[in-house]
Amino acid sequence: MAVFIDLLLNALVIGILLGGFYAALAIGLSITFGLLDVVNIAHPTMLVLGAFIAFLLNSTLGIDPILAGVLSTPFFFILGWLIYQVYYNVFEKSGAESLRGLAFFFGLLFIIEVGLVIQFGVDHRLVEAPYIGESWNIIIGQEIDVAIPFRLLVAFVVAAIATLAIRAYLTRTFFGRAVRAVAQDMMALRLMGVDPIRVKRIAFALGVATAGVGGALMIIVLPIEPSLGRLYLGNVFAIVVLGGLGSISGTLLAAVIIGVAESIVATFFGPSWGPAVSFGILLAVLAFRPEGLFGKTAGAH
Amino acid sequence: MTRILANRVRVWLLVGLFAASVVLSGSISTTAQAQDKDPIKIGFSMALTGALAGGGQQSLLAMQIWAEDINKKGGLLGRQVELVFYDDQTNPKNVPGIYSKLIDIDKVDLIVSGYGTNLIAPAMPIAIEREMVFMGLFGMDNNSKWKYEKYFQILPAGPDPAVGFSQYWFEAVAGLKPKTIAVIAADAEFAQNLKKGAVTNAEKMGLEIVYEQNYNPKTADFTPILRAANAKKPDVIYIASYPNGSAGLVRALAEVGTDAKAVGGGMVGLQFSGLMAGLGPMLNGISNYDFFVPEPTMDLYPGAGDLIKRYQAKVKEDNLKVDALGYYLVPWSYAYVDILGQAVNAVGSLDQDAIADYIRDTKFSTVVGDVKFGKNGEWDRSRTIVVQYQGIENNDLEQFAKPGTRKIMLPADISTGELQTFGALRK
Repeated sequence: MAVFIDLLLNALVIGILLGGFYAALAIGLSITFGLLDVVNIAHPTMLVLGAFIAFLLNSTLGIDPILAGVLSTPFFFILGWLIYQVYYNVFEKSGAESLRGLAFFFGLLFIIEVGLVIQFGVDHRLVEAPYIGESWNIIIGQEIDVAIPFRLLVAFVVAAIATLAIRAYLTRTFFGRAVRAVAQDMMALRLMGVDPIRVKRIAFALGVATAGVGGALMIIVLPIEPSLGRLYLGNVFAIVVLGGLGSISGTLLAAVIIGVAESIVATFFGPSWGPAVSFGILLAVLAFRPEGLFGKTAGAH
Repeated sequence: MTRILANRVRVWLLVGLFAASVVLSGSISTTAQAQDKDPIKIGFSMALTGALAGGGQQSLLAMQIWAEDINKKGGLLGRQVELVFYDDQTNPKNVPGIYSKLIDIDKVDLIVSGYGTNLIAPAMPIAIEREMVFMGLFGMDNNSKWKYEKYFQILPAGPDPAVGFSQYWFEAVAGLKPKTIAVIAADAEFAQNLKKGAVTNAEKMGLEIVYEQNYNPKTADFTPILRAANAKKPDVIYIASYPNGSAGLVRALAEVGTDAKAVGGGMVGLQFSGLMAGLGPMLNGISNYDFFVPEPTMDLYPGAGDLIKRYQAKVKEDNLKVDALGYYLVPWSYAYVDILGQAVNAVGSLDQDAIADYIRDTKFSTVVGDVKFGKNGEWDRSRTIVVQYQGIENNDLEQFAKPGTRKIMLPADISTGELQTFGALRK
């Protein structure tokens, strides 16, 4: 029994921490796809770009990967700004965003990936930091030992702070409310004298900017190589949809649910069932709540 | 006057005809020469991006070094060699299309495989259908179902590769007197074949399998898997993993730890420079398969050391973004095309049956020593070695280019160290 409790506690703790990490990967997409309806399938590859920047700063200057992620955030903000500018002028303005816009982001995905291969090669890369490879053990009684890997704890804390900060920004500030408004009714916003394109541009840039810290967390948690983004494409979209399009707290909760489910399944039933259970949860939730866990129903708009 | 004109026309016509005949004969002879000098094309797919690209890129460079070497010596059958290759992105779905294009559009004369079991498997039906000789690069038991008589494979795992691959690992850990084992494997053809072989070896040794699980390649964190395995208190843990999983499990071992006396066995990727340097001291204590390490006893492969030095110098000079050390695949990638080349020159033609017969009947002298193929085109004996990561103090790549960090446990004739328990080598 003690062994069971030990495993369960560890699975829960790891699952919650893993959920935080998944949230960090999905939060940018929650803004660009969930709120702005821009299917940025290049987002996971932008995270890999962020991870490589963290690797570069860590291996050459010895900068802590999280700090490197924070430092690269303005770069990603500008990148997002420019990408949206091109996307709007070429596709959205002419109403051709649905399919051609998708092809645009596909193209972007490959360009970033090839650029990374040319610059860094194809080897797996890792970073060095004092919290990688160490864990914090909480011993309860004689048989229960909950090990919390620092790299996952750091990822969770940073992801939680970033998520809550973005949530607060979107709900408490005027600009944040404008972003939410643009998602609901662009015309009404225009009637109120606000340029919805400007709002969307900044919001998109904000979504892309999360790739700086998100990428740093990625390389802290796992080894990276240029094509890794494609592996997580399905997962991050699933989390955004599960959480409810446009809901930041929904994304965090959905990520934690997926993390805990994967961790418990891996511990008690075998890790190969993980993806089946994650997508099973997604299907089950969508069957009862098509708008996702925290999504607004069409009637509420 | 008319007559003079007629004569002039006749002269010009003759001159014209002569000129045309010279030009035509010239062009015919040029065409004949060009056909003679057309290069022999060797086609293949290679993992140049994706999860196995760390191995694919170094293999390609080794093959290019071989092509340079053979062309300097006059090529094959007096013709230069040209490598025609496409990136399969480590995605088995891309492989059949690549080989169809190579054979039907690029009209390659010979084909060899890309790197890795999962990428060899989808090319097998095409090679068989076209009845072409197919040289495999590190395929784990790809031919056990097909039994294709023109397939030959360079991974030195012996005639029963799935079992031969882990045989020395089990012999090495036998000294620790284990009674129970946990087996963790990736959900991929290579790892599953390895797992089958490991289970056979474990049963032969009378070990009780207390935990046996597969993991999905998308797994982001491996601590739950290791915890679940630890809960069964195995004496040893056998892992058959691909690079992402290998790195994830090494980190999980550092964070969660284990009481198992030996851990490792079939972990792909820990031989790649990027991962070795990145994981550094976390590798200490892990015992794993390998094929070539910079230990002094590895001199039994004449030429391999020199080839690796040439490879390393090329990487440095040209600032190539490939594996900086190249111990894992370079000699073998060179050898598998070299064997094909030796066979073509010996047979004196591109007749696929004759080449296959020659390869089957011949003992080849190569940079990886003498190679003789046996059942299913596999090596006639196993030469997979077992190493243990020891004394790694930091993340400096250079230490892995010197003896001492990967000591050879078995085979006994080239052993450079004693297997220590996993725990004894952790700080």
